[in-house]
Amino acid sequence: MTQHKIQFSPVMRVRGLDLYYGTAQALFSVDMDIPKHQVTALIGPSGCGKSTFLRCLNRMNDLLGSVSIQGKIEMDDGTDIYDKHQDPIQLRRQVGMIFQKSNPFPKTIYENVVYGLRIAGVNDKKTLDQVVESSLTRAALWDEVKDRLDQSALGLSGGQMQRLCIARAVAVGPEILLMDEPCSALDPKSTAKIEDLILELRGKYTIVIVTHNMQQASRVSDYTGFFYEGKLIEFDRTQQIFTNPKNQQTEDYITGRFG
Amino acid sequence: MTIHLQKEIEKLKTMILSMSARVEKNFHDIAEAVVKVDVETAQRIIREEKEINSIELEVEEECLKCLALYQPVAVDLRLIVAILKINNELERINDFSVNAAERVLDLSGLAMESSPFDIRGMADKVGRMLSMSLDALINMDPQMAVEVCNLDDQVDEINKTIFQQVIAQLKAGSPQVEMLLLFSSISRYLERIADLASNIAEDVVYLVEGEIVRHQNLEGYDFHKGR
Ligand SMILES: Nc1ncnc2c1ncn2[C@@H]1O[C@H](COP(=O)(O)OP(=O)(O)O)[C@@H](O)[C@H]1O
Ligand SMILES: [Mg+2]
Repeated sequence: MTQHKIQFSPVMRVRGLDLYYGTAQALFSVDMDIPKHQVTALIGPSGCGKSTFLRCLNRMNDLLGSVSIQGKIEMDDGTDIYDKHQDPIQLRRQVGMIFQKSNPFPKTIYENVVYGLRIAGVNDKKTLDQVVESSLTRAALWDEVKDRLDQSALGLSGGQMQRLCIARAVAVGPEILLMDEPCSALDPKSTAKIEDLILELRGKYTIVIVTHNMQQASRVSDYTGFFYEGKLIEFDRTQQIFTNPKNQQTEDYITGRFG
Repeated sequence: MTIHLQKEIEKLKTMILSMSARVEKNFHDIAEAVVKVDVETAQRIIREEKEINSIELEVEEECLKCLALYQPVAVDLRLIVAILKINNELERINDFSVNAAERVLDLSGLAMESSPFDIRGMADKVGRMLSMSLDALINMDPQMAVEVCNLDDQVDEINKTIFQQVIAQLKAGSPQVEMLLLFSSISRYLERIADLASNIAEDVVYLVEGEIVRHQNLEGYDFHKGR
């Protein structure tokens, strides 16, 4: 992998990560330090392993059968998230995921936001009310929905639903937010809102975002990783990647010469 | 979309190369005209300034169009940025050629046998710098940039020497005050053209290497950091 000497404090360290779907290897010895409270974008042609890699970061791949993983992913406190003593449910509270297709539950807006807390056994109305307001505010949705919290989330627009999913992820107090092509189903205006929101959340959360939109990567991220055929080819400051990548494959990809 | 961008970039390259050919020709013509006090050539160069200015605007508009429409990155972005800068530097070089042409008209009114300074030697060096910086652009050869910058130091020295000679002759009570001042100006224009040629060379380094080397000593610069 091509990498400039960069200095930051990583919130997660990925080392020698291999992943197999059955016998098909999808990730090859990936090393990556994920910078704390920064936005990291993962780019690369379709099928190169971006989503697979993202899912490793909160052990979502565990939920698929026949996935085997080698290597290490350490949190900043030194624990390996794949250690057998680690509780994946607890991990997923720390490392939330927002998907491409927003997936609110067929419940009220309010219940969507507090879903994770209720599962964790929190039922105190005052606490829940506070979390709903603060999470929706953080997700830049509060003003739009504060008068209809008891209405179904399914009545929201696509962009609003996506922000609701972000509020739901934020509600359980995560450190890291993973986003897998969160804007690919949205129109440009809703996309711009999500991008603004990402820039707002940056600094409070560590964000890792998969995007097929290169301009989006260059607009919202501090660091960019380029994947190709299951390998992390280059990782560097976003500005560096988009003005002067060190690797020819990266350059060919971002200038549209292949992929 | 990338095919369109590549086409636009090819077009830009053609435009900047033809702009550079014209500016370079004007420079060589005016260098000759200064030595010979050739009024006709000087007048032509003054007349043609507007054309060069409008080519500059055209190239700039094309660059801005590419940036806005295609949002190029990496090597494509660096090429367009380099062309934008080189375009501007070429136009300024031509401005100095025009200034020199105006001084030729001033000189033509004075009774003078030949230039008392080594203007030809200086102009040859500047001309070489200009050709080399443009060759570096055409061949994408950053190594040549180093040589251009070395020549720049020599031109600075010549300019200083001419200035000192002018001062000395003025102090000695030379009656040709006007002529001395005109040559002092011409020497200064040549020196500025040499600076701009160095800038072009540095832009080529940026284009090829992706490193901004302006205001740095290029001697010992490592061009083979390798991909
Ligand atoms: N659940 C799965 N089972 C088997 N193979 C999968 C599964 N998910 C992804 N893959 C394969 O792994 C590779 C990487 O896919 P993915 O991570 O989705 O790429 P990306 O997100 O970069 O488009 C692809 O070859 C894909 O077919
Ligand atoms: Mg994917």
